[in-house]
Amino acid sequence: MITGKDVLKITDLKKNFDQTAVLKGLTLTVRQGEVLVIIGPSGCGKSTLLRCLNGLESVNGGQIVFGGQYLTDPQTNWSRVRQRIGMVFQNYELFPHLTALENILLGPLRVQGRKRPEALATAERWLTRVGLWDRRDSFPRQLSGGQKQRVAIVRALAMDPEIMLFDEVTASLDPEMVREVLDVILNLAREGLTMLIVTHEMAFARAVADRLIFMDEGRIVEDARPEVFFQNPATERARRFLNIFHFDEIHKRQGEERDAGD
Amino acid sequence: MFLAAAKLTVILGCWGVLLSIVVGLFCAVVRFYRVPLVRWLVGAYIELARNTPLMVQLFFLYFGLPRLGLVLEGETCAIVGLTFLGGAYLAEAFRGGLLAVGRDQIEAGLSIGLNRLQLLRYVIVPQALAVSLPAISATVIFLLKETSVFSIVALPDLMYVAKDLLKEGNSAETNLLLVISYLAVILPVSLFFGWLERRLRFAGFGS
Repeated sequence: MITGKDVLKITDLKKNFDQTAVLKGLTLTVRQGEVLVIIGPSGCGKSTLLRCLNGLESVNGGQIVFGGQYLTDPQTNWSRVRQRIGMVFQNYELFPHLTALENILLGPLRVQGRKRPEALATAERWLTRVGLWDRRDSFPRQLSGGQKQRVAIVRALAMDPEIMLFDEVTASLDPEMVREVLDVILNLAREGLTMLIVTHEMAFARAVADRLIFMDEGRIVEDARPEVFFQNPATERARRFLNIFHFDEIHKRQGEERDAGD
Repeated sequence: MFLAAAKLTVILGCWGVLLSIVVGLFCAVVRFYRVPLVRWLVGAYIELARNTPLMVQLFFLYFGLPRLGLVLEGETCAIVGLTFLGGAYLAEAFRGGLLAVGRDQIEAGLSIGLNRLQLLRYVIVPQALAVSLPAISATVIFLLKETSVFSIVALPDLMYVAKDLLKEGNSAETNLLLVISYLAVILPVSLFFGWLERRLRFAGFGS
């Protein structure tokens, strides 16, 4: 499903918060239909990268080109651009005063000026797919975390975006709800939607990614196919990072040794 | 006579409150977005309006301005005065609500492409109103009670008529009637706000 066309071209992107450099010259190209998973320790700049792409953060240097348009141009009409870039947040951020359906329709009706029947049909199709059409009139507080996040994904999809950004979308969820959200994303990946996914779910990263980016201290340290990265990371830094997720095993072995010593 | 007086109190109070809401919302948004220059004017206005009594403000409008060549009718003075005072109080009530809307909510609104005005209208203001409703209702009731000062600009409102009757000497009944009249006007407003608060809570807040 990955076509040769580049949808997103990032060149030497720099971002500072006050005196601290968060992105230190980042270069990355994303092709249409590609599922790019970004992992790395907290503070490595992966969320900041996503936020720069839809203008939630201003950039301090470098270029972002999206569908032929320079997003680093200060004249950028962000309202236009954001209609083509869907974003899903860690804490859902559904609008609490609107029902699930109203949350989803707000963008298509008010921003894109679509006709209600058409927008409603799109909303129904997506909500049905994520299994929540019968909860359309519920307010966010009446939904579980997993349901809220699925509605938030549909809210972004209802705008027909060309690319989707997922910023640690399962990090606030109870473990049993993580799966239902990840399954939705897996399905989107199968259909060839271009996605940039920041996550700490390693098994999911491995399953969903066409390509995996490992970031540390504002730089891309590794850029590889997921199976290569997980089995044989090229750098010592990535190896140490992956070891964090093997904590249980190490701990058990130490425990066994101690038991043997007793 | 009391009925006509009550009607005048209600009409002046309604106008004052409605215009106060408009002024208050405008001022709160200016302060919220830190609009350069205008925010200083708004800040100065709020301090002036909140730190002087309504009676003094009315005196200035009714007796002071004519000396400067601007003559306002009693009713205009009353409405302008109440709006001057109420706009400042409501601005602060609204601002409290605006500040309670999280940065993340604003980003969620931006990320679906809402522009500044749409963001205010569909995301920020509805949530801010729900949060500041208790403060708004307290202010509105306070403003309605403040209308009792209007008699000083020679308007035949409830207080004015009662004062006239009191001069004629039937004090106990008049006092009671006055209390009942104000209660009849303001209690429904108070109950309405209570109902509105419960309704908004049901609509998905305070989760």
